[in-house]
Amino acid sequence: MTAPGPPIGILAELTHRCPLQCPYCSNPVELLKANRELSTETWIDILNQAADLGVLQVHLSGGEPTLRQDLEQLVSALSSRSVYTNLITAGINLSKARIQALKDAGLDHVQLSIQGATPEVTELIGKHKKGFAQKMQTAEHVRACGLPLTVNAPIHRHNIHQVADFIELALALDADRLEIANVQYYGWAYLNRAALLPALEDVERQVEIVEKARDRLKGILNFDFVTPDYYADYPKPCMGGWAKDAFVIVPDGTVLPCHAAQTISGLSFENAAETPLTEIWETSPTFEKYRGFDWMSETCKSCPRKELDHGGCRCQAFAVTGDAAETDPACILSPHHDKLRNVAVTASAEAPDDFSYRRL
Amino acid sequence: MQSRYHIDPDARPALPPHVRLQFDGLRQKWVVLAPERVLWPDDVSLDILKLCDGTLTIDQIVERLAKDYGADRSQISTDVLEFLQDWADRRLLAGAA
Repeated sequence: MTAPGPPIGILAELTHRCPLQCPYCSNPVELLKANRELSTETWIDILNQAADLGVLQVHLSGGEPTLRQDLEQLVSALSSRSVYTNLITAGINLSKARIQALKDAGLDHVQLSIQGATPEVTELIGKHKKGFAQKMQTAEHVRACGLPLTVNAPIHRHNIHQVADFIELALALDADRLEIANVQYYGWAYLNRAALLPALEDVERQVEIVEKARDRLKGILNFDFVTPDYYADYPKPCMGGWAKDAFVIVPDGTVLPCHAAQTISGLSFENAAETPLTEIWETSPTFEKYRGFDWMSETCKSCPRKELDHGGCRCQAFAVTGDAAETDPACILSPHHDKLRNVAVTASAEAPDDFSYRRL
Repeated sequence: MQSRYHIDPDARPALPPHVRLQFDGLRQKWVVLAPERVLWPDDVSLDILKLCDGTLTIDQIVERLAKDYGADRSQISTDVLEFLQDWADRRLLAGAA
């Protein structure tokens, strides 16, 4: 077996604590409490190992990463190694001074999640009074500090009618990028999928709106469209391929090839606080398991698209088919493709709206 | 609201502060780091990008490249402009501050 090339990116989930309770959260249903989080020193050591390993970009996420008071120190450690830092935040209770301090520490970019284009929808989803107003203020501070801004709009049945409004909002907030991110159904989102899945006609309308805006706003606003798996013909290239370019570290230091990998039963995971990151990246049996093309079913192995999508998402394959080595059911070539589509059609027709809000 | 950056002959393009062109010692390759993106420019792209320092105009950049590659300005000008407009439209270039 040949050693893998160096990884490009890491999603560092610093904490599971969060001021919001979004039912679409991709964090696991069993959240880690604060006492399981790594110390500042351990994170800095791990992030330095990541830089040694070749990581060029770190996405600082959570939960809400700004709840870590040592975030500036972590950003500074990465910045001193020329690693590009991206803060993924809900933007609640973030003062301009804090954002400036993060910028001074070397922060490169901010991605701000906004749950609805109106206060009502943002508050319904995040379950936080005045959440919308605070997010607007955060966006303003980010731009005033001279940092580039991405607006992340996680799309589901309760805000899919606001896609055009999200575009206007991103423009008004002077954003550089807008992610129209159709919810990916892992963790809490999987638990809540019947209450979140949109209807096909709304998905189609959304695609049309985004395509038109992409043309109209060329050079003004960058779009990143995360396709709705349950209505897709082909799967997304999850993580750019299992253990190929990127990996995830969760609050207690456990290292995952994909943020939902713990939902796949039978896999074991190493911890970066105990095992050198290079060893995990190069020799972890879990990382090796779905790396490259050897593990694939004949459907994927014989398919030219395997170079594009790497067979899709292992976690979704496991959740829907019970076998993580199956073709992602988002693919029309999967024998389970109809199952995925039917879940979406049934859910959007019955339209239950009782969420299990995310909580520790 | 942001505006589209038009690459015309007098433009003096530069990578904005949050788009970084740096040499990756481990891979022995130049890399561009940008919001949620990592790009690996090929040799020609790299030669163009290195001239985007905010002081040189498009005209001067084309002139420099024509000299370095021993080509006619007219031969390369369209390609250079197209390349830079594409990068500008992906919000990877801006006017000099």
